[in-house]
Order: sequence, then structure tokens, then C-alpha cells
Amino acid sequence: MISFGLSEEQEMVRDVMREFAADAIRPIARECDEASEIPSDFLDTAWTLGLTSTQIPEQYGGAGEERSLVTNAILLEELAHGDASLAMAAVAPSLFANAILDQGSDDQKQALLPLFCGESFATGSLAVGEPGALRDASAPQTVAEPKGDSFILSGRKTGVVLGDRASHFLITARNGDDLGAFIVPRDAAGLTIGEPEKNMGLHALTTNSLEIERVEVGADALLGGASGADIQRLLNVSRTALSAVMLGVSRAVLEYCVPYTKDRVAFDEPISKKQSIAFRLAEMHIEQHSLRMLVWQAASLLEHGEDATKAAWQARSYAAEKSMWIADNGVQILGGHGFIREHPVEMWFRNARTLGVVDGMVAI
Amino acid sequence: MIDFRLTETDKALLARTRAEAVIARRYAHQFDENEAEMIPDTLPETEDFYANREAAPKPGPEDTQGPVMMMLQAMGAFWGDYSVRLRRADRGGLGNAALAAAGTTEQKEKWGELLLSMAITEPGCGSDPSRVSTTAALDEETDEWVINGEKIFVTTGIRATGVVIWATIDKSAGRAGIKSFLIEKGTPGFDVPHKEKKLGIRADDTAAYVFTDCRIPRTNLLGLDESIPKKSSGGFRGVMKTFNMTRPLTAAMGLGIAEAAIDLTRDELEAAGIALDYSTGPGGLGRQNAAAEKFMRLEALFEASRLTLLQCGWMAGQGMPNNLESSVCKAHAGSAVRQITQGCIEIVGSMGIARENLLEKWMRDSRITDIYEGTGEIQRLIIARGLLDYTRADLK
Repeated sequence: MISFGLSEEQEMVRDVMREFAADAIRPIARECDEASEIPSDFLDTAWTLGLTSTQIPEQYGGAGEERSLVTNAILLEELAHGDASLAMAAVAPSLFANAILDQGSDDQKQALLPLFCGESFATGSLAVGEPGALRDASAPQTVAEPKGDSFILSGRKTGVVLGDRASHFLITARNGDDLGAFIVPRDAAGLTIGEPEKNMGLHALTTNSLEIERVEVGADALLGGASGADIQRLLNVSRTALSAVMLGVSRAVLEYCVPYTKDRVAFDEPISKKQSIAFRLAEMHIEQHSLRMLVWQAASLLEHGEDATKAAWQARSYAAEKSMWIADNGVQILGGHGFIREHPVEMWFRNARTLGVVDGMVAI
Repeated sequence: MIDFRLTETDKALLARTRAEAVIARRYAHQFDENEAEMIPDTLPETEDFYANREAAPKPGPEDTQGPVMMMLQAMGAFWGDYSVRLRRADRGGLGNAALAAAGTTEQKEKWGELLLSMAITEPGCGSDPSRVSTTAALDEETDEWVINGEKIFVTTGIRATGVVIWATIDKSAGRAGIKSFLIEKGTPGFDVPHKEKKLGIRADDTAAYVFTDCRIPRTNLLGLDESIPKKSSGGFRGVMKTFNMTRPLTAAMGLGIAEAAIDLTRDELEAAGIALDYSTGPGGLGRQNAAAEKFMRLEALFEASRLTLLQCGWMAGQGMPNNLESSVCKAHAGSAVRQITQGCIEIVGSMGIARENLLEKWMRDSRITDIYEGTGEIQRLIIARGLLDYTRADLK
């Protein structure tokens, strides 16, 4: 049955996250961007929201709430409306934990999920991005070579979120024609975690590269155990999550521009009274609204275990195009103020372009 | 719960719509090429088709709700053709909706059986209906209204047996002076000079009307309210409210055509051996075939537009105010169908412009989506007013 109705719980989660984003994220977003780091106490505060542990079953130490990717997409839009970097840091533990939750073997769940149900912030990460132009996470160059009962992993990864803090990495690699994801602890021999990367956007979000030089892991490191995992689903989840972040950024730009244009006077009237400005605001609204529909569809199909590859592609592609367009117009509407770092729009502009070309950096 | 899955009953109902659309499409080219002809009420296949058809499943509470299905079924019917149907449904002209919304009980009983067109647009007024210049002057001696003026772009204008027109009873009062009148065909002074000649939807019945000292009874004023409100024009807003379902419906009609273009183009790409790979991430862009990449983006645009439409319909079904969403889905669809149909022709190349195929017709047909029931610009104006919390005086 086609329905667009949020459950009462989803409305509650949305409202709580909206408030948290306004109170605890937006006010520190600029200073975190300038400092290129996230304060530890922010991660600790965010941890108390139970963003990751809430949907982990009680037997592994979580709260055992029903796993809903739609709820998580709604939640992520709200957090990213505060700031994309801080939102992605806050939900970083889900990158690893939700992959284990959805696709891990019983042994893997037993061993790893309790790590994310403790009192203080703990994270693992996902390593799917690779360096170089025209690289596609769906076709990794990192190789998993079988050796008896083990695998030897070789390759390089980039854009590994909170690589400096993660206890484990889930590394995608190809084994002949098969794709797999391998659980690798941070102290594995042959694994080197690089210095924090410097990118155009998402300054506050620490990302690292991984050098993987003949890292040997046991057969039990393969996500899903002997039968392996659905790597496309892993990517679909991540791409849908990225779309939700881009949606949050898009809405932030629009909602910043509306009061600005009502205040800014030119030729004796607020610029919002000029159709050239007002129509652009209308188009920004139309696009962020329709993007939300695509995000919900992809998240909902994933939630119901349906094939969501096409829906996730559509959400991510539309989000990349429209969030960039919206942020670009946000800068233009603010004019000179869109260019100086006193206003957040220049940051959102950089973040939009960045979010549109990364992969595997956030999950729901 | 947010859900995008169709139930078995939903699918069965949409399959029925599709079966009719497939037959209707066989006649699309013929009636497009012969613009002056009127489409028959039934097709040669009609009798057999309905005789051999099983009863429709009854939707239950677990199935997709009415207004959402209405949008999907409209899309499905227009996927076949804009104008041709197996059986013509003569119940609902736009004028019938106006009668239902504004007529008195007696008026609804008296004219309920008529097929009513709605005539608002004039040669000199379109998006701003407050500029209506057709006049209705009261002749106190005979208790009659005397109508003078010209109306154009009247949908179902030829086949209609009556019309609801907008005319002013006091030009100096602006919008407040505009009233709706019902005029039956055959009334002296009411002429239907021609069927309009158009870019697209050529088979559709679109007429021009001329009223010359056309006399109608005083009781033909819809709602019978002859007063001219000083400030608030509640009646006008009441009429505008009917757009909250008609705007999404026109979006659905346009999107049905766009889906036809998408489906045809997908088939052509497949026949040419061009794969559509949705598994790729951002870095995969440079490795995609250019035609595939363009097509996939148009498809995403279509999907965004379709879901925006369905959400608007869903709100209507929930009894939620959907004024803003009606404009949003109409504006989105208006722009999307232009890009999609024009883009699909670009992808398939010259085959797309050959009149023996339907792609070029779909581009012409769908172009009206962004014009009627409020142009894209009018929708943006409404949306901007909503966002900025402005009245129509604040933002013109």
C-alpha cells in the first residue's frame, strides 16, 4: 500500500533530532569546520541519543527497537540540517554496526555488536572508497586473495570516516568475480591508517586513508560468514543515507535564504519581493521536497528487503545534482555574503559538492 | 507507515487500466492527424473488451487509498493516449466540478445530468482570471442576465451540453465582481465558432465560445449570491480550491505521457544493446554510456515527480490541506515532462521526430502540462508566497 504517513514514533524521533541539531550541532558547526575537528564531548553527547544502539537487539546489549531505515533516514536529514560533518560523525558507528546487524553471521553479531552498546562512544568504519579518478565503489580494485582458510587483502582505501578512532574496519575487496567485505581490526599486521585527509568540504569530519599491504584475515572475517554478503545492498544503504544528508543540507540552505531575503533590502523593498529571487526560492523548495520523496522510497524499499538498487541510484544521483544546485543558488542569493565565511552558506556549498562525489561514508 | 509497495489488488487495478490504454493507443496517431474529427464515444474493440473482462477487485483497507490510486490510474490512462478512450466518461466536465462546489441544491438537481465545460480563459486573460472581461448585466425588467464576451481554450467545449462561465457583474470591483453563470447550449446568442487548432492534444475537444447579448434566467447565477463582497472574496477562493485536486490530476496526465516516452526510450536503448547500470556510485559516472547516463537521470527526474504527485494525492486522501503540495507537484511535473519528452527524442535521435512514431506526439501533447491549470510561473508564485508567508499583495 503506497503511503506517505510517518508513524508517531517517527514524528517523535524527527522532532527530537531537529531540536538536537538546532541546539547542539548548528551552533558549533562553523568552529568545527574552521578547526577541522570534532570535539570529543560532542561525540559523547551524541552517543547518549542511542543513534546506533537503539536498533540493536537486546541480546547484544542494544535497546531492541525495530530496525527502520526510514526512521534513520528521517533522523539523518534532521541531523544534517544542523551540519553534515557533525551528523556523519554522530552516526559513524552505524557504518560498521548496521552492516554487521543486517548482514553479519550470528558469530559476528555476537562478537561485534556489543561493542556499540556501551556507555561511551565507540566506532568502527566502512572502507569502500578508493583513490584515483573515475573509481567506483561497486568495482573495487582492492583484492582478497584466498590462501588456505584465510584471505590476503591488498589495496588502498580513502574516505574512511573516523579512521583515527575506529576499532574495526569493514573493507570491500574483490575475490575474482566475487565481491566481499572483510572485518579487519585496526591493529592488523600490514594495515596502516593514514593522516587525516584534507578535502574541500566536510572539514570537521575526520577521514583517513588505509594502506592495506598483504593483510591476512581468517575466513571468519568475511561479512556474512561462508555465504558472504550482499555488497550492493551495503552500498545502497550508504547511498540512500548520503542522499538523506544532502537533503538535510538542501533544506538548511533554503531555510537560511528565506529570512535573509526578507531582511535584505534593495531598491526600496526586500529582495524576496522580486520574482527573480522568490521563484528561485520556490524552485529550491520544489527540489528539496521531491528529493525527500526519493530518499523515503529508497529507504523504505531497503527496509522491506526489496531490491533498492535503482531507487538508491535515483536518490543519490538526484540528491547530488539538486543539493549542489540548491547550495549554488543559496550562494548566489546571498551574493557577497554567500562568499564570506561569516555565513554558513559557503560551507554548505563546499559540503554539497563533496557529498555528491563520495561513497560509503554514512549509513542508516 | 511509509510504504511504496503496491498490493496485489492495486496491481490488478492498474493492469486493467493498462489493458485499456494499450488498445486506445492504437488510435492515437489517427486522431492526432485528423484534428477536425471528433473522437467516437467507443472504439471497435470496446464491446468485446468489456464483455470478456472479469469484475474488478474491490480495494480494502490494506490497499492503496483512493486519491493515490486515482493519480496512478490517470497516469496509466494517459500513458495510452491523451484523448482516446475505450469508453468515453461524460460525467465529469470541469464545469460539473464547479456546479458541485458552488451550486445550490436546486441547481445541482436541475443541471446534474448535463455535461458542463468550464470557460474562464479569454483572448486577453489567462493566468490572472481577475481580468475577466466577459460581462453579465442584469436586466431587472425581464429578470435575466445578459452575457457578452468571448471565451477560448474551453476543454470538452464542443461535446458539452452546457457551460459554466466566469463573467463580471461589476468591472470596477475587480475579482469580487466575478461570478459563475451556467449557460445551456442552444441558448440564443451562444455560439461555438470552432474547435481550436493546437500544438498537441489535437484530438482533444477544445473550443472557443462567443456570447452576444446572450440572455439567461436570473437563477442561472451559480449559488445565487449577487452581492459584491467589499474585501474578502471567499467565493473566488472557493473556486480556486477546486484546483487542489485538478492540479495534481493534470500533473498525473502529463506524467503518464512522460512515462510512455521513458518506456519507449528504454526499449530502444535495450534493443541497441546499451546497458543501464544502477549499481554504480559517483565515481562510476565517467564509465557510463552517455545515452544511458542521460536516460537514467531523466528516469530519476520522472520518479521524483511521480512520488511528489502521489504524496500530494495521499495528503488529499488524509484530509490534509494540500494547497502548497498541489502547486509543488504541478510545477515539478510541468518542468519534468518537458525535459523528459524532449530529452528522450534527443536520445533516440531522428526516429523521435518521425510522425509515424508517437514520441514526437508525446512531446507536443505533454507541453500543455506546464501551461494549463496554472502555468509553472503561477505555481512558483503560489509556492513562494507560502514559503515567505506573503499575501498576493506582498508578492505579485
